[in-house]
Amino acid sequence: MSRVARFAARDPGVAARITGFLAHLRAHGFGLGVAEAETALRALEHVCAADPEMTRRALKAVCAGSADEVTRFDEFYDAFWLNDGRVRLRVTADATSARSDLVRAPGVDEDRATGTATGRIESPDDGGGGETDAEGSGRLIASGRRNLMTTDLREVVSPADVAEAEAVAERLGRALRDHRSRRRKAARRGRAVDLRRTIRKSLGTGGEPLRLERRTRPDRPVRVTALCDVSGSMAVYARPFLAFLSGLMRADPDTDAYLFHTRLVRIADALRETDALRALNRLSLLADGFGGGSCIGASLDHFSRSYARRLVNGRTVVLILSDGYDSADPEEVGAALARIRRRGCRIIWLNPLKGWKGYEPVARGMAAALPHLDLFAPATTLADLAALEPELVRL
Amino acid sequence: MNDWRALQDGLAGQGYIAAPDLAMALHLSISLGRPLLLEGAAGVGKTEVARALAAAEGTRLIRLQCYEGLDAAHAIYEWNYQKQLLAIRAAAEDGETGTAVERRIFSEEFLLERPLLQAIRQPEAPVLLIDEIDRADEEFEAYLLEVLSDFQITVPELGTIAARSIPRVVLTSNGTRDLSDALRRRCMYAHVAYPDRETELTILHARAPEVEARLAAQIVGFVQAIRRERLEKVPGVAEMLDFAAAVGGLGVADLSTDPAVLHATMATLLKTEGDRAAIPPEVAARLVGRAA
Repeated sequence: MSRVARFAARDPGVAARITGFLAHLRAHGFGLGVAEAETALRALEHVCAADPEMTRRALKAVCAGSADEVTRFDEFYDAFWLNDGRVRLRVTADATSARSDLVRAPGVDEDRATGTATGRIESPDDGGGGETDAEGSGRLIASGRRNLMTTDLREVVSPADVAEAEAVAERLGRALRDHRSRRRKAARRGRAVDLRRTIRKSLGTGGEPLRLERRTRPDRPVRVTALCDVSGSMAVYARPFLAFLSGLMRADPDTDAYLFHTRLVRIADALRETDALRALNRLSLLADGFGGGSCIGASLDHFSRSYARRLVNGRTVVLILSDGYDSADPEEVGAALARIRRRGCRIIWLNPLKGWKGYEPVARGMAAALPHLDLFAPATTLADLAALEPELVRL
Repeated sequence: MNDWRALQDGLAGQGYIAAPDLAMALHLSISLGRPLLLEGAAGVGKTEVARALAAAEGTRLIRLQCYEGLDAAHAIYEWNYQKQLLAIRAAAEDGETGTAVERRIFSEEFLLERPLLQAIRQPEAPVLLIDEIDRADEEFEAYLLEVLSDFQITVPELGTIAARSIPRVVLTSNGTRDLSDALRRRCMYAHVAYPDRETELTILHARAPEVEARLAAQIVGFVQAIRRERLEKVPGVAEMLDFAAAVGGLGVADLSTDPAVLHATMATLLKTEGDRAAIPPEVAARLVGRAA
């Protein structure tokens, strides 16, 4: 089906191609630098570089740095080295048969496709020869996904909101995290002198307490894990909530954040971006399905079985921002929360509807969730969130 | 250029069946002198890689188990205080001068080597396994980075100790927290997944050759089916081997004959009450039926 990409005769060589490939990966969010390019080249010396499968494994070991990147790597490798996207594209462009729709790469826009109808064999962008960049970018498959996104969160959240939300989030984050232990523990620097240990140590110096041992109350930082519902019914509240999440994230880099609608997406890495606007841009890429239906139960269930198992423990506060309107079985919500709860964490549910006069948690999903919550509070605006501070300190 | 296949065969000779991706990452990490970072669910055999590698290469395995609060004194070196005190006391009786005593008690004789220092001072390159690095604090991770890039350790009283040989470093992580990018970038990376049916059969055959082929296929099929169920703790390869040993020990020739025995042996696979309840004898029997 696919064959190894043919490079033009003017191609400057392996080094430039590897650099091009790494640039291609970098464009898709891999954190790679010059050092990796050098490692990749050295790695290729140790394998049979003519064998595409072996090269794939070697480059994968060098370039991928997480389980997620390992799964995505193959797609990018095919697109760049095996002319994968290119071959399919040429079929689309040349043949006007009904088959062309079936073989077209997903999400590739039309004008790109017709741009390749010249019949030339283009090499993927190798970063070295500037002449090929007009059509042959080799990035078509992955970047095509961008066109599927319907909602741009940049319209939902403005930088000013982010700044305000950050201030609130930071205060809340501090309220949640500042849990000092009640006990004191030996420490190099501390306010209290540890008499017992000082006397014990003084034995070594002939009974003279030459070194004072100290004690302090160790920090027991609490990690926040936030799950934000962005389904249709929550769309109006998405604006303050997302700003709030990014603020929370930037106040404490250990915070973990997820979006859910019909499925669960981890957005922690996107929000960790130092630049607020870029963070929101990356978020827009992830929020495919934004404003659609909601499967709270299924999303929470997925969370409890995957991420929660690794990342939620007794020092975690799970923060759920949702109105509790679920299209699926409400029992699932209760069961999932019970499972998360068993990990020893505390669960806070912030419901925008609770602020309404005469609100009763009658949404069946919400009713099923209530017995498992440590705190059930209203949150419609940033001001509401700020007002939560004293409650959170008591948790 | 086919070293990695040789490596894969070498590991297989030690009873470890490595997937091609893993073998390649291991080969590169050895050839380039870079640490190898292994991630994956518990029980897929991450720690076992280092053990098998050490055995295949005929070198020592030095293991550093990480835990919360692990510090330099436990990972790198520590002075043997008790011995120093005794030496001081003895020196006082012998009338030795202060500077001489000081020089003596801060010599290598009084230095306790911990795994990292031990690893770089071996005459022959050992395999250094840093297990569950995600459990250690971030400060320790940063220090580890420094050691792993320079392979030298500075002891203030003694001076800098350079590596006599560069150890082959294998780090494992269960992903309880995200590792720093700096550490990821220094390392070759391989993600270890649960083995597929074929690979698991080969593993079972390598580890327990006495299990006959038909039963082995049934055991592996059953365990693979159980992994697809929604469980809290998914059984790993080690659990599969325990299960095979339990089945073999009870002299069962066919899993489907006696549901009661099957249910009893499943204690080796399912380790929580919830999981036991999720797979009652009837479900287990059905899974066996499908696996056969």
